[in-house]
Amino acid sequence: MKRRRVVITGMGWITPLGDNIESVWQGLLSGASGIGATTRFDASTFPTTFSAEVKNFDLARYLGSDTEIHQTASLNTRFALAAARMAWDNANLSGYPDLDPTRVGVYLGGGEGPIDFDNFTAAAVNGWDRQANNGAGDLDARRWVEVAAARLTAVTEFEQDPNMAAGHIACLFNAQGPSLNTLTACAASTQAIGEATHVIRRGDADVIISGGTHSMLHPFGVTGFNRLTALSTRNDAPTTASRPFDRTRDGFVLGEGAAIVILEDYEHARQRGATCHAEISGFGSTADAFRVTDMHDEGRGGLAAIALALKDAGLKPEDIDYISAHGTSTEENDKIESRAILRALGDSAPQVPVSSIKSMMGHLIAAAGATEVIASVLTIRDGIIPPTTNYEQPDPNCPLDYVPNKPRKANVRTVLSNSFGFGGQNDTLIIRKIED
Amino acid sequence: MNSRRVVITGLGLVTPLGIGAEATWNGLLEGKNGISNIEPFDPSGFKARIAGQITQMKTADFVPKTYRKSVKIMARDIEIAVVASYLAVKDAGLVTKCILDRKEADGPVSVDPSRFGANIGAGLICADLTELAGALASAVNEQGTFDIRRWGREGMSNLTPLWLLKFLPNMLSCHVTIVHDAQAPSNTITCAEASSHLAIGEAFRTITRGDADVCICGGAESKLNPMGLLRQELLGRLSRSNDPGTACRPFDIAHDGTVISEGGGLLILEELEHAKARGANIYAELVGFGASSNTHNWHTPDPQGRGIALAIRKALKDAEVDADSIDMLATFGTGIVEHDQSEARGVRTVLGARAGEIPAMAIKGAIGNNGAGSGAIDLAVAALCLKNNTIPPAANVLNIDPQCAFKVVTGKPMTAPINAVLSVAYALGGGQNAALVMKKLES
Repeated sequence: MKRRRVVITGMGWITPLGDNIESVWQGLLSGASGIGATTRFDASTFPTTFSAEVKNFDLARYLGSDTEIHQTASLNTRFALAAARMAWDNANLSGYPDLDPTRVGVYLGGGEGPIDFDNFTAAAVNGWDRQANNGAGDLDARRWVEVAAARLTAVTEFEQDPNMAAGHIACLFNAQGPSLNTLTACAASTQAIGEATHVIRRGDADVIISGGTHSMLHPFGVTGFNRLTALSTRNDAPTTASRPFDRTRDGFVLGEGAAIVILEDYEHARQRGATCHAEISGFGSTADAFRVTDMHDEGRGGLAAIALALKDAGLKPEDIDYISAHGTSTEENDKIESRAILRALGDSAPQVPVSSIKSMMGHLIAAAGATEVIASVLTIRDGIIPPTTNYEQPDPNCPLDYVPNKPRKANVRTVLSNSFGFGGQNDTLIIRKIED
Repeated sequence: MNSRRVVITGLGLVTPLGIGAEATWNGLLEGKNGISNIEPFDPSGFKARIAGQITQMKTADFVPKTYRKSVKIMARDIEIAVVASYLAVKDAGLVTKCILDRKEADGPVSVDPSRFGANIGAGLICADLTELAGALASAVNEQGTFDIRRWGREGMSNLTPLWLLKFLPNMLSCHVTIVHDAQAPSNTITCAEASSHLAIGEAFRTITRGDADVCICGGAESKLNPMGLLRQELLGRLSRSNDPGTACRPFDIAHDGTVISEGGGLLILEELEHAKARGANIYAELVGFGASSNTHNWHTPDPQGRGIALAIRKALKDAEVDADSIDMLATFGTGIVEHDQSEARGVRTVLGARAGEIPAMAIKGAIGNNGAGSGAIDLAVAALCLKNNTIPPAANVLNIDPQCAFKVVTGKPMTAPINAVLSVAYALGGGQNAALVMKKLES
């Protein structure tokens, strides 16, 4: 029996470079940067004082009269709702009367919502008993809850759960089919799109609203990454701080946003006359099973994910025209990813252009992979590859062609897109031009 | 068309009734209660002061010696998963890297690492409040209030560099895959109380389609911390009773809320021929999976249980089993009135009168609500019911709420031939529903 094919029929995103598919794409091609001083909170004394924020976001611009009931959702859920609205409209699904809602699903890589910071810290400080534990201090839960119960609210707490974006989206579009959320760190939305592809292939749904959303641009998020020394600290030059594969890279730049794609069974899409932007033709997922703190030195898991994706797509390494890299601008990722690509593609590796839009957009964590899928679709559509910006000094550990600083025209039929998450989560998608 | 069949060959449970599937099973049969007065912190300022608690779990005893130091970067949820993974692998008689590292078997491993996958459900893991509050309190100004500039300058350095990694939901799966060397597809489902079922269902599909031969799957969560307890309190989900022996009473006329808990379950799913080839003990065959979403809203149960009904219909269709063949229900029953009633109506929509005629298992009265770990515990216990043709009695169920007309087994264990079990789960918030069907293995 022939396997069902899965295509992308709608796209929408909320990114640090804007919200419009075409204008953000033009920004990526012109080397624009979405990175600047952090304004969401006072980060002036943090090791990293800059980030890639979504600017002037207003849910009402996207949801209109539907805004009110979704307004209390956490920021990541609101990003997802806006991107999903754009993707749904782009897929022209509202105008399709025969849509079976029980066969429309949601599969997101959605992050948790930000903690209610001011109230949380007030309770924590109040609950800390300095004298306890022989002066070492201890939490006094009774003192803590006095403040916490008075200041934390049910809605804000409830909306932090990572499955909330999926819940809101299912309601907005009456999507009654399978609803799932995966949270495999920085690989989440790539994984969501890959897993959703399987859900459609096996016939459990015809349409799936997929992609990812995340905002860790809050004090605890930045604290966590700063403590891991994962963020760039190039505070004097934010727009050049994200420099994937450059020898002087010093960490990633934290971004936020959402990217949503409508995945659809190809026959279903054709029957309703939908525009099919590209096909998801392969997916590979693996675990490094090595360490939670480091990637496997030989890129074992990444290599296996690439190989599995190629096998799933029925393609050979030489069929890959472009690689949309995870390329975070950390010392470790860019080195290991390059190594995995070299080993997976073998002789054809040096000829394949590789670039990372994180150089311009920052790292959207759970949402990153889905932004890269959309950029890959546009690359195929327009025959032009977005550059890796801020690439100045080659790194001997990164010996590939990184499309430095300028976009490049190329006939791209097949893109391989990688996402690697903390703890050794590796996911690779293959996105193809639709050819019958 | 599905030529690859999937069976359950290992159960690893960590619940308030004990460490190991046997402890939980025997505890349930004996009518033990795992709910008790909260010990790890002073609950006197909270309305609810009881919980399901795991006592005497020493995680370091369940990992290879070389991995013991990693336990200190595990949140409680992760520890539970890691312990459950060891128990599941041992129960399945699998030889993994962990078993070799612990010198409990000679090589080689009995599952190829590149064909060994994981899919583990996780909740929103709470930061360790004691650690975080201590650090935050070091960044206060002269007025004693938190000062974010002091935090950025010096306060945050009181947190261990790996602080963030303790609380990432995918760390359950990461530690488990590292310890056992499972390199095939790995996923983390975060859909609150529906997580385990969705993770197990997705792992089932992973094996069916040929991407793995063995998957370790399920979920784990601990809400046993001040933040976890307060959140459930704010959401109005908890019983007003503080009597550990009666507070959580699924489907009973006096149900008035649930009880927080901690625990988890991991199952070994295995492709049938792979299991047979190594002579594995087989508990049951997993035959159907269905998932759905509520769409009326994302924060209250659908009064008619329409999403639950849709998930069940899909699972039965997938299993090619008709509703009349189901002879046991593994209910989700949390003891929250609206959810219990929604579940009962959803099941009845599909099973009709049969919903009230076949025996139903409800275990949360004895162990509380284990969040993302709940469904896997239900499914593991249901697998034992199938295996033993026995259903343990539900704790605290005296008179069934007429709106929840299930035939809940009460009082003492019930013996009955069981061939096909339907198990349902749903997120208390977020709208996700899932159903799984398993059967005795027919050759």
